[in-house]
Amino acid sequence: MAFAYESWGRFPKARHARVMPVYWRDEPPRFEGIAGSVLPYAYGRSYGDSCLNAGQTLIDVSFLRRFIAFDERQGLLRCEAGVPFGEVLGIVVPRGWFIPVTPGTQYVSVGGAIANDIHGKNHHNAGTFGCHVAQFELLRSSGERFICSPNENADLFRATIGGLGLTGIILWAQFRLKPVTSAWISMEQVRFSSLEEFFGLAQSSDRDFEYTVAWIDCLARGKQLGRGVYLRGNHEARQPACCDLPPKSKRFRAFFDMPSSLLNGTTMRLFNSLFYHAHHPGRLAKRLSYEHFFFHLDGIRDWNRLYGKRGLIQYQCALPPDCGKSAIAELLKRIARSGEGAFLSILKRFGQMQSPGLLSFPRPGFTMAFDFPNRGARTQELMDELNTMVRGFSGAVYPAKDACMSAENFQAYYPQWKTFARFVDPRFSSSFWRRVTATAGGGRP
Amino acid sequence: MKRIVIFGATSVIAHEAAKVFARQKAAFVIIGRDARKLAAVREDLLARGAESAEAIQADLTAVERHQELIGAALRQLGQIDGALIAYGMNGDQRSCERQAKQMLETFNTNATSLLALATLLANQLEQQKQGCLAVISSIAADRGKKSNYVYGSAKAGVEVFFQGLRHRFAGSQVRILTIKPGYVKTPMLSEQLSRHPLAAHPRDVGRAIARAMQSRKGVIYLPWYWQPIMWVVKALPEAIFERLEL
Repeated sequence: MAFAYESWGRFPKARHARVMPVYWRDEPPRFEGIAGSVLPYAYGRSYGDSCLNAGQTLIDVSFLRRFIAFDERQGLLRCEAGVPFGEVLGIVVPRGWFIPVTPGTQYVSVGGAIANDIHGKNHHNAGTFGCHVAQFELLRSSGERFICSPNENADLFRATIGGLGLTGIILWAQFRLKPVTSAWISMEQVRFSSLEEFFGLAQSSDRDFEYTVAWIDCLARGKQLGRGVYLRGNHEARQPACCDLPPKSKRFRAFFDMPSSLLNGTTMRLFNSLFYHAHHPGRLAKRLSYEHFFFHLDGIRDWNRLYGKRGLIQYQCALPPDCGKSAIAELLKRIARSGEGAFLSILKRFGQMQSPGLLSFPRPGFTMAFDFPNRGARTQELMDELNTMVRGFSGAVYPAKDACMSAENFQAYYPQWKTFARFVDPRFSSSFWRRVTATAGGGRP
Repeated sequence: MKRIVIFGATSVIAHEAAKVFARQKAAFVIIGRDARKLAAVREDLLARGAESAEAIQADLTAVERHQELIGAALRQLGQIDGALIAYGMNGDQRSCERQAKQMLETFNTNATSLLALATLLANQLEQQKQGCLAVISSIAADRGKKSNYVYGSAKAGVEVFFQGLRHRFAGSQVRILTIKPGYVKTPMLSEQLSRHPLAAHPRDVGRAIARAMQSRKGVIYLPWYWQPIMWVVKALPEAIFERLEL
């Protein structure tokens, strides 16, 4: 029914003065008629406030959902920026193609995927989505439209990838696909009982498997620190190729906000423990539809409501390889000690592939992500501490997930932010951007 | 449903319905006023799997073209399995009140020309002995209110006409569908109303239309909750209704 323009974590809450829809890519909004700043918004799958523009205007681009051209021979797709990944896959998979980088939800828009330079379980060999974008058209508040590619308006191209929607509105994009012979994934899950085991697994798995990620129990301590389940998969190789779409998985819907009393240390510890033990010790092979493998959380529509009215704060950081192992252990210990639990967390190795994006988050090393139920000040304190620790490790925190990083930390994580700021459109802003550029002198270098 | 004609295919709602049929590999003839938007719709349907999509630019208020358009559709498709009439205009209520000319234009677009088209389409489906003729009406047809009674009365005329058609074709394989959306986020809805808690997304409305066109439904409120709401609105005694700011 009612659509609230929220972020996925539902924290922070924001009220917007205006929400302007755009229905046709050739009928742009009239920026002169808008007071204050604007920010494009599609499906609000960013967790924190990078997709919010409190007190100002959002431009709803979810209506720009048309396909423009699909070159089936070369695997090139051009579509409007509001098309969700799930729809792209529904069209391209039956014809033997796949999106080269897919995140954990199918409801992310193509524009959002570029603006957040998303990564997936195959970052270690495919890089980010921005690495596969051929070109896009960017609309600036002046009314000018720029075709951006590595060879044309290249600086705008690099600023917009990972640019959090601040450089303008992406109207359409063209990106490369990769060939597949099946709509199914051959997956293996391997249970491991410690961080050491994880590192060993990561080393060997990244060689042989396209998609790898580990679910870890961030509440486990001592010898069990970093225990979890490792998932690794490849597109099924089918001869002859058959890419018929698997039947759609059953969907459940979270109808109500979970009462926050149910989200406490005990329940989370219990959940994580059950999850770990429910998995077969050792190795288990499975065959999953691509929907199930990549988007299993989408099976519960509005699962963010299970975190209650106060929402959740997702924390995702990247840690460089030299201190990666000890950094991970440190962070886990700190979280376990805090009593602020998280349900399953993820841990993965990032690969070497460089993204063209200026503010791109993934970098060689490791990444960890946690979903913390928002329990007010205590959660904030933990986030601040983790941010400081990550800064000490010369790592970075992912803006697409962030709801709390300070300006100081942001500028340390992304020293190139000043170069990026030159490309921010003067009429565009977001709650996130105002927060992380709130140093003396404001957002302009 | 394999052979579809859409009159007013640049309607955001109609396009969403068409996307469903495109996935089912339907063949289309799409008709609209704006050639550029029509081209964008056509590209999209083809990318989504439509077997074919022919675009014809036409102003549907020009009733003398209707026969020719239906002829062109038949030449392209052979038969018509589904005809969706989706064009219309909101009409500025204020200026319609002040000038009869404005009111006539609104009425002509939303009712007179539409019913002329429906007459021809109904006869075509009768000849074929099968097919679905669907029209996008509105909850505004349910009761005249000061904010939009010109639009509402035009739609009301269409609804009674279609009700009669339904009676005419009862028991046959020709299906007549009246679609009654509430507030839907489209260019027709004001920016303010777009944030109304009951405003629906065109994607959901379009999908429901595609489903309904393949069923034996006669009248459908979209989303469903408008049916009980309008039932109450219709039942309100005049003395109470006239006090409401609607």
